[in-house]
Amino acid sequence: MEPHTLAPPTQTATLDIEGMTCASCARFVEKALTRTPGVQRAVVNLATEKATVDYEPAQIDRAGLAAAVVNAGYAVAAPPAPTQSAAERTAELDAQKAAAYARLKRRFQVALGLTLVIMPASMLLMLPAAMQRVPMAAANYVLLLLTSPVLLYSGREFYTSAWNAFRHRAANMDTLVAVGTGAAFLYSLAATVAPGLFAARGLTAEVYYDTTATIITLILLGKVLEQRAKTRTSAAIRQLIGLQARTARLLRPDGSATDVPIEQVQPGDVVLVRPGEKIATDGVVLDGHSAVDESMLTGESLPVEKQAGAPVYGATLNKTGAFRFRVTQVGADTMLAHIIRLVEDAQGSRAPVQRLADRVSAIFVPTVVVIALLTFVLWFDLAPEGTRLPLALTNFVAVLIIACPCALGLATPTAIMVGTGKGAEYGVLVRNAEALEKAHQVTTVLLDKTGTLTRGEPAVTAFVPAPDVADAAALLAQLAAVERQSEHPLAAAVVRYAAAQVGAPALPAVTEFRAYEGRGAGATVSGARVLIGNRRLLQEHGIELGPALSNHAEALLAEANTLLYAAADGRAVALLAVADTLRESSAEAVRRLQQLGLEVVMLTGDNQPTAARVAAQVGIRRYYAEVLPQDKAGKVQELQAEGRVVAMVGDGINDAPALAQADLGLAIGSGTDVAMEAAGITLMRSDLQGVVTAIELSRRTLGVIRQNLFFAFVYNTLGIPVAAGLLYPFFGLTLSPMLAAAAMALSSVSVLTNSLRLRRFRPR
Amino acid sequence: MDLAEIFVTAGGLALAGLVVWYFFFAAPEAAVSAVSAAGGVQEVAVTVKGGYSPAVIEVQHGRPVQLSFYRDEDADCSEEVVFPDFNLRRALPAFQTTLIELLPQQPGRFEFTCGMGMLRGSLVVK
Repeated sequence: MEPHTLAPPTQTATLDIEGMTCASCARFVEKALTRTPGVQRAVVNLATEKATVDYEPAQIDRAGLAAAVVNAGYAVAAPPAPTQSAAERTAELDAQKAAAYARLKRRFQVALGLTLVIMPASMLLMLPAAMQRVPMAAANYVLLLLTSPVLLYSGREFYTSAWNAFRHRAANMDTLVAVGTGAAFLYSLAATVAPGLFAARGLTAEVYYDTTATIITLILLGKVLEQRAKTRTSAAIRQLIGLQARTARLLRPDGSATDVPIEQVQPGDVVLVRPGEKIATDGVVLDGHSAVDESMLTGESLPVEKQAGAPVYGATLNKTGAFRFRVTQVGADTMLAHIIRLVEDAQGSRAPVQRLADRVSAIFVPTVVVIALLTFVLWFDLAPEGTRLPLALTNFVAVLIIACPCALGLATPTAIMVGTGKGAEYGVLVRNAEALEKAHQVTTVLLDKTGTLTRGEPAVTAFVPAPDVADAAALLAQLAAVERQSEHPLAAAVVRYAAAQVGAPALPAVTEFRAYEGRGAGATVSGARVLIGNRRLLQEHGIELGPALSNHAEALLAEANTLLYAAADGRAVALLAVADTLRESSAEAVRRLQQLGLEVVMLTGDNQPTAARVAAQVGIRRYYAEVLPQDKAGKVQELQAEGRVVAMVGDGINDAPALAQADLGLAIGSGTDVAMEAAGITLMRSDLQGVVTAIELSRRTLGVIRQNLFFAFVYNTLGIPVAAGLLYPFFGLTLSPMLAAAAMALSSVSVLTNSLRLRRFRPR
Repeated sequence: MDLAEIFVTAGGLALAGLVVWYFFFAAPEAAVSAVSAAGGVQEVAVTVKGGYSPAVIEVQHGRPVQLSFYRDEDADCSEEVVFPDFNLRRALPAFQTTLIELLPQQPGRFEFTCGMGMLRGSLVVK
């Protein structure tokens, strides 16, 4: 099939049609839509009052479809919450959250203002002098008047929320607050309106307006602080979304450049980037070169050199030069969108450590209500007759108010949110909370040598000229001059090596270049016919290596080098050994992992001596040599059989089974999708430092979660019995409901604040 | 023990029993099955108000599910919905509909909860 005969891309829209009364109406609307140019197919469902339309966006849009329906005599309802982009969704949510926060603050301020009157007034009224002069009944009515707005305006949400939950056989924190303050208020109301009832039984008609108002004020204060902290736990996603470029400088085929909104950029477009500009989207550099700061995506602080053919990523920052790139990915397919999705997913996942807290949360509130009821009964039965009702009531309220299910509920998710967000900042992408939790249990890190310890790109490790070569530097320059014409990766290694040794501009001119497919290359340089390539190239030209070079060759081959053989005018003149080289950071990263108490094990396809040498260079004591790619997963299993929790660090598709077999798989380098699928953690940085960061972050996050859970459990298991009056028989102590409210407001804020400490995490 | 004490004790214990029964042992809500739309998407509208109505949603496996959560309150207990088995935590703006799309691959019962795990519902995949 020719490309241009392919069906044009279509989109599907669902319209809510209004005004259809019968099947013929539905058919009529369907026909009207189908006849509209650009519509490929329209199906109208009378029962659901929906039209599903496949259309070509190039010819018609949603508004056009709606117009067609209206022309047919029917109406279209506004689209039901369209699926928006992450950025729009976040912006809208932020606006709504800001509004909710403002409302909450106003409710708190009203409650605070009134409480600041109610509290001192209630205290004054308790002074004997005041009691004699002020009529109690009247004073109570004034307090009732002052307290009512606190309940009905500031605290209204507690009661409606509790009632809504109750109808679903659910109970939440609002239930506790509503029942607690409601009981105190109703008791006071009865004492105000019908003090006679109390007097008849020989009781003083005490009121608890100050308690009610103070509890509501303090809990609202806790909520205000909590809201403020909560927005900071999800700041990471917002920061990532904020990284996105808004416009791109598009190069038209006629050579003119225009700034267009990022949404209009399509794959295949050519975009111009100037120094200091943000790169709009993902693509491949066409020409020009520059250094690009990719730290926002990878956590790697050093800028990355880019030239023709190099991939660039949206949201990264162009530093020095100008270049053009061809767009390959836009919108949801870009690296940044990928990262955002991954972080969102991770933040939505549940950590296994949370399981107990979850189970407790589910039964927490009804259990507390039962405890409070029993507290009331016990106090009423055991306290002296004159004070039993007020004591039973205050302790009942204190139990309800001090219990804080929120601390339990917030303990794990907030830490996971901050932790995964922080990880993304340093190029550590955690797939889910379970992976983050697993990382702290790891005892052994298994590394694949290639691409992790080493760069995964060849470099010249030795240059051995034949004994009769007079000027080695000149020879190297000649070889580099030939290799510069070649596109082979080994040739590039020779050119880099020569540039480092003798300097790039000094290369002599080359003529009659010829590539020998699969063998090497040759050219005439400075009057000599130079050949460089593998052993076969020399053999085909009937060139003998000579005893000195042969000996060297054997030694170098034994160390897992790849050899390049060079000849000039029919005579072997040099050997070049090429091998994958260690990253400078590898030894340091291995040392840090060992400092963290982890055993680092290396795995490689290399032979025994080479493996031993590399292992010694980076300080690894245990290694597996000559491992075939398909046996990697088996080695992971072998280590697991020793009772170790194994993290496997791998670089790509070949490692996917081993990454999946390991307790924790870490895919290194910007990674292929396959590796990312198999890995629990993806490291955007291409060196081992990311592994250290991931494990440190996991330990810190889990540490915070443990503290939070410990605090939440201890707080509730100590607070509730104390509020119930457990200390009273021994020390004569009971807990005022107001103090209980303060403790409860502080407890969830403490948990949040502790989670936010993770924001200060810096990799060492 | 005077009359008031007997009355309070009996009343308190009865109330406690009622709470336990109401929250833990009362008959669960009936499940609501998803309606399949034209494109094979299974659609369910869920109202969020102190809980999820319906709280038990039945869908078929292997076909996309679109849940539209309408949050009919601004009490912050229900401000997030979490589907832990689908790695999904989504903020639900008050008085708005939020669409959540899932693709349940295998049958089973998958819980969904509010951000703190107190409001509960389940997705029954057949």
